[in-house]
Amino acid sequence: MTTEALPPGAAFSTAAHTSAEQRLFTQANGAGLGDIAQKVLRNERLTYDDGLALYENADLFAVGALANHVRERLHGDATYFNVNQHVNYTNLCNRLCKFCAFQRLPGQEGAYLMTPEDAAQKITEQLDQPVTEVHVVGGVWPKLDYDYYLNLLRAIKTARPDIHIKGFTMVELDEIVKQAKKPIAEVLFDLKEAGLDSCPGGGAEVFSESVRQATYPHKMPGTRWIETASAVHEAGLYSNCTMLHGHVETPADRVDHLIKLRELQDRSLAKDGGHLQAYIPLSFHPDNSEMAHIEGPTALDELREIAVARLLLDNIPHIKAYWILMDIPTAQTALSFGANDVDGTVVEEKIYHEAGATTPQEVQREELVRWIEDAGRVAIERNTTYTAIGDSKGRFVDAEC
Amino acid sequence: MQAKAQTNSTPSPSSSWRPRAATAARLGPHATELARIADKVRANERIDAVEALALHEHADIVLLGELANLVRQRHNPNPVVTYIVDRNINPYNACITDCGFCAFYAKPKSDRTYELKREEIMDKVLETAELGGRQVLMQGGHHPTIKSDWWCDLIQEIDSRFPQINCHTLSAPELEHFERIERRPVEEIIRDLALAGWGSLPGGGAEMLVERVRKIIAPKKTTTDRWLDVHRKVHEAGLRSSATMMFGNVETAAERIEHLLRLRDLQDETGGLTAFACWNTQPDGVPEAHLYPKKSTPALYLRTQATARIFLDNVQHMQTSYVTQGIKMAQISLRFGCDDFGGTMLEENVVSAAGCSNLQAIDDLERVIERASYTPIQRNSWYGIADERYDAPAIDAARWPNSREEAAHHQAAGRASFSIVPEPTESHTVFPEAARRGPGAALSKKISEVQA
Repeated sequence: MTTEALPPGAAFSTAAHTSAEQRLFTQANGAGLGDIAQKVLRNERLTYDDGLALYENADLFAVGALANHVRERLHGDATYFNVNQHVNYTNLCNRLCKFCAFQRLPGQEGAYLMTPEDAAQKITEQLDQPVTEVHVVGGVWPKLDYDYYLNLLRAIKTARPDIHIKGFTMVELDEIVKQAKKPIAEVLFDLKEAGLDSCPGGGAEVFSESVRQATYPHKMPGTRWIETASAVHEAGLYSNCTMLHGHVETPADRVDHLIKLRELQDRSLAKDGGHLQAYIPLSFHPDNSEMAHIEGPTALDELREIAVARLLLDNIPHIKAYWILMDIPTAQTALSFGANDVDGTVVEEKIYHEAGATTPQEVQREELVRWIEDAGRVAIERNTTYTAIGDSKGRFVDAEC
Repeated sequence: MQAKAQTNSTPSPSSSWRPRAATAARLGPHATELARIADKVRANERIDAVEALALHEHADIVLLGELANLVRQRHNPNPVVTYIVDRNINPYNACITDCGFCAFYAKPKSDRTYELKREEIMDKVLETAELGGRQVLMQGGHHPTIKSDWWCDLIQEIDSRFPQINCHTLSAPELEHFERIERRPVEEIIRDLALAGWGSLPGGGAEMLVERVRKIIAPKKTTTDRWLDVHRKVHEAGLRSSATMMFGNVETAAERIEHLLRLRDLQDETGGLTAFACWNTQPDGVPEAHLYPKKSTPALYLRTQATARIFLDNVQHMQTSYVTQGIKMAQISLRFGCDDFGGTMLEENVVSAAGCSNLQAIDDLERVIERASYTPIQRNSWYGIADERYDAPAIDAARWPNSREEAAHHQAAGRASFSIVPEPTESHTVFPEAARRGPGAALSKKISEVQA
């Protein structure tokens, strides 16, 4: 009886929904999260205090079950990935963030700077792979002039015209605007002309000003990160958002950060233009940085981070379990704690591998699909703006049989 | 309807087996059934094999984790994770049993064979003792000429020189191998070893306790019935043993449950199993690597370990396998039913030979446990506290045996104290014959070769 396969596209009855919701409420209520469960079931917005309660609740499974409910309400079993590659064009950086193992100053061992041609070469090397996106991120280096960035984009687009360039965090954009000596709207117009398609979510770290002063005083304040992201959206570009967690920040800092992202998204959604597509919690990796004495989050912390974000960020469509940081065991489990994206095949990740990440630097498409399906989900290859590529319908039916 | 029945008759082996789509688990036709089974577990009622299979195949991992954690707290209410300072010693690797998934053994005439000298072994034991070790896990191959007297001699020397170190030694297939080459009943061999100072039997060699699978992956190794019987006789002799499962090769989901059911039945009978551990086949570099499916992904481990915690309601401890699964999965598994970190394995040869090693220093290991919000405590082979930092009675005296003899009492008492009255167990053939037939095409070929 129990080995019986489900019919393809099994319709879920309203009765099943109701009893699933009742069970969820009972479970959450038993863990002292009854009020929050009611809000989640009614699709109401959670408050700052709710966020804190979710971080502090001892029952990880109750928190996870609530997040999983929201994840399945929004996406069912769909779990997105893409075939992408990374180009970290330089590790020269003058921001000297204490948590970073990637940054170098000129003359330091391992310091490098790619010319636009070098970057294009990285793209050409992968031409035989079905890569749809390149993630272009580097250090902040004021000696690079405005033209460097434009030429970098142009060279990549010339090497592979159909590739989507997701490039430049808000921190880099801030520096590019300084080099360009003109308003950010005009800079974004130029960058788009040169080939920029969207922006990644890095560099947000934690918005708390006290944490910034203690660990990355030379990086832009949270308020400016948010202003820059707003400008990006106004220019019609999509972007992602992140939070670096598991170092010196408190749960209150994290809730505050998530709520600021939610407010940013409210404003962006109210206007025409772009908005935040995905939120990606970034786990602090301690090795080789000035903060090597801090241990970074455990796998269980990472699961909670995903779950709380899914519950608080009711207006950000996708929550990403970035496998290259979390490692596959955690990323697979996270797919039932609120995450519905795992990032992509990632050719050549440098930033986290300098900080001691031991995951492989790339994984084959088939392997990603296999481990998403092993977690009981349906793998869907997407492009950067979350449109399914290929015969996802066929795969869906296949996975249900 | 007919087409459906047909597809159901050939369940896929683990290489292509997937949990059912997770949303369907909450909202699909099985949701009510799963909710009923979950309530049964919450009410501390025993679930049967069919119910366990439903959970294993259909439940989403959050539900499995919640239930496994509940059963864990029932058996081990303290927020403690135990581990043992131990070392693996493999005195020889010559083996006549030729398991295709084993990268450790060498054929007796091969130039890869080795045999450690007695002094070498004793040096390793001495090092273990100097590091505060409590156990040596010693296993070899199925050697064509080495017999149980060789082991009695070794155990006696270790026991007299290092009384604090227990020989957690040999395995059911090795004992059966002695029975065969010495032509005398295994009871006698067990008695001799126990007299020499042998303290407990590891659960190795169980692989998958299902004959269909054994015939494919380990055709020359002990049968399911004999494996269980050797453990039964060890328990009858007043010793305790642990149990294992190696999954992720050609078995079906139903066969994983069948394995667990055989263990649960044995435990109902004897109460002698201390702990259960499982891991997936590590196929890199093994002799028949080309025949095995790709290594299963971590989700299957978590699902299997959680199911085992729920279903094995009469086994007190679940050991996580950080050596094969890595530290991250080990931390996660502590919330999914595991309460023990196994051994520090100051030396490990077998899975390392198959390209797998996540060994950790003792301090690091403790840190990993602490950071998952548990107190790490060193234990002995019988899961009694062996940690100067803690006072055993202060935690829960009745649960912590300090020696083989105390463990034997514990075992007897433990049987009586289980509140769950075992129902007349269904035979292990609850699964229709069809469910035993699995594909695993390349490996199935081996059956016909073996039979020919």
